[in-house]
Amino acid sequence: MTRYIVQRLVESLVVLLIMSFVIYALIGLMPGDPIDLMISGNPKLTPEDAARLRELYGLDRPIGERYLEWLSAALTGDFGYSRLHARPVLEVLLPRLGNTVLLMGASFLLALALALPAGLIAAVRPRGAVDSAINLFAFAGISVPPFWLAILLIILFAVTLGWLPAGGMPPAGATPAEQAAYLVLPLATLTLATAGGIIRFVRAATIEALRQDYVRTAWAKGLSERQVVLRHVVRNAMIPVATILALNFGTLFSGALITETMFGYLGMGKMIYDAILGNDFNLALVGLLLATLTTLLANLAADLCYLWLDPRITYR
Amino acid sequence: MTARPTGGAGRPEFELAAAAATPLAPPRSLSAILWHRFLEHRLALLSLFVLVALAMLALAAPLFESALGLDAEAVDLFALKQPPSAAHPLGTDELGRDLLLRLLYGGRVSLLVGITAALCAAVIGTAVGLTAGYLGGTADALLMRVADGVIALPLLPLLIVLAAVDLTKLGLPESLATSSEVSFYRIVVLIALVGWTTVARLVRGATLSMKTREFVRAAEALGAGHARIVLVHILPNVVSPIIVATTLSVGNVILLESVLSFLGLGIQPPLPSWGNMLTNAQELIWDAPALAVYPGMLIFITVIAFNFLGDGLQDTLDPRA
Repeated sequence: MTRYIVQRLVESLVVLLIMSFVIYALIGLMPGDPIDLMISGNPKLTPEDAARLRELYGLDRPIGERYLEWLSAALTGDFGYSRLHARPVLEVLLPRLGNTVLLMGASFLLALALALPAGLIAAVRPRGAVDSAINLFAFAGISVPPFWLAILLIILFAVTLGWLPAGGMPPAGATPAEQAAYLVLPLATLTLATAGGIIRFVRAATIEALRQDYVRTAWAKGLSERQVVLRHVVRNAMIPVATILALNFGTLFSGALITETMFGYLGMGKMIYDAILGNDFNLALVGLLLATLTTLLANLAADLCYLWLDPRITYR
Repeated sequence: MTARPTGGAGRPEFELAAAAATPLAPPRSLSAILWHRFLEHRLALLSLFVLVALAMLALAAPLFESALGLDAEAVDLFALKQPPSAAHPLGTDELGRDLLLRLLYGGRVSLLVGITAALCAAVIGTAVGLTAGYLGGTADALLMRVADGVIALPLLPLLIVLAAVDLTKLGLPESLATSSEVSFYRIVVLIALVGWTTVARLVRGATLSMKTREFVRAAEALGAGHARIVLVHILPNVVSPIIVATTLSVGNVILLESVLSFLGLGIQPPLPSWGNMLTNAQELIWDAPALAVYPGMLIFITVIAFNFLGDGLQDTLDPRA
């Protein structure tokens, strides 16, 4: 067991290392380099100056060499400076990370609170009116472009009704109620976009569990529907659901990126997007790697979840 | 209400069994049975109708253009953000272009990206799945590890990086690298590169169970080569999951394209797509909300229709799922 976890952690680290090189190389292929940016900020620089600067900053050296240099600095905790924010990368990153954890965590819990009962109710009476309604809602959730959902919510609640701010972060010194108001629309967008998929997983897993022999036995024993569903079906249906949820962490993060960008919410997703578009190489690199690392750990968590929930399964 | 352990009655497979038991029922071909089963999925049927209608409208865009006597790309700075009128049935956009024509031409691009990329992904996925499932062993382990790796990555941020890569640094001439056409191919390639995993896993699973069947053994005994066994005996039997997964993925691809184009990293203007028509929508919310509503509505309708269609096909082709 411990050996399995260690093995998986090592594998994740290897994937992370490979990804760090891939992303480093890709970022080198993005338009412009730091010297281009200096030139555009200072038209007096001649091409000779630019060449000298490239040499000074080591940009004329092969990519492998530059990557190793970045890596050795990164391993000592030095991730360089953010160009857009003119501060060390970690100083920019950490508060953003907190905001994203808040947004993603809250909307994940909300989506679960919505989707678990909905999926269960739909599965217990398949093809009934309630199932059809829930199914329609779930399909709408997985089919709506999240950025458009955000636009609709802004049109309705910010422009037409004027109840909520259209985006941004609360001003300094805002009361908790005001702070919460800024969170409502991003939270609603991400929750609605996430819940549909979870409902479909829960419904499918519950229908599958309802077909098992032990459920038939439970019915034959004369248990009530409530006892059969809550005691025998739910626990078994949750095994695949928990795994799929952990595996879908990347999707949730993608949703968070769009939501944060739409509402000007200062989280990791918007930070990565702005860093890529703003040629902030150091920040983009670290942000992407952190997103990759978290997704890999979520996948590991999915496997461990499986193990913990289902004692029939053992890993070497 | 009395609870039943299984919701059996009214399910297609039970009705089929009943039909087969009736002595007077005429024999029906497999395709007739499947078609009959599909017809029972009213939502899927409606979706198919909607999709065909949308595709025909998009294909007929030049006809609308000449009927209205307009040019889809003509900018009219004296008629910005006009409300609907006889000349412009849905009004004009922020550059005075006819909104209806832009939506129709945008639909061509969005549907074409969705279908092309989903098909490319399906081809890659089928090839990988057949190879992994048939060969087994190291090849299988390796290919499935790659698939797991792709699934495990945070897709959207990586796609943003890939879409932002400057093609001139890869040796493409400047004029080509920034053209609308290249943005189309680029997005198809990018999505196909990350989208093949679902089909690959399904095909691998189906291939694993097929290759131990008697008819494959028989083909081996008759001296069929590996290529013949895979292509003639296994592939036709794993087609159902491919069809279902591909239909479902068209919807996902259209969503992904719309997100990337919306963020300014997908289809590049002046080529319209439903996604890039929304790029400026956020600033227009206040004075022209219709411009922000229509393209998104079409994306939503198209994606949900593909999802319903895929779901219906799944029930039709694999009633147990």
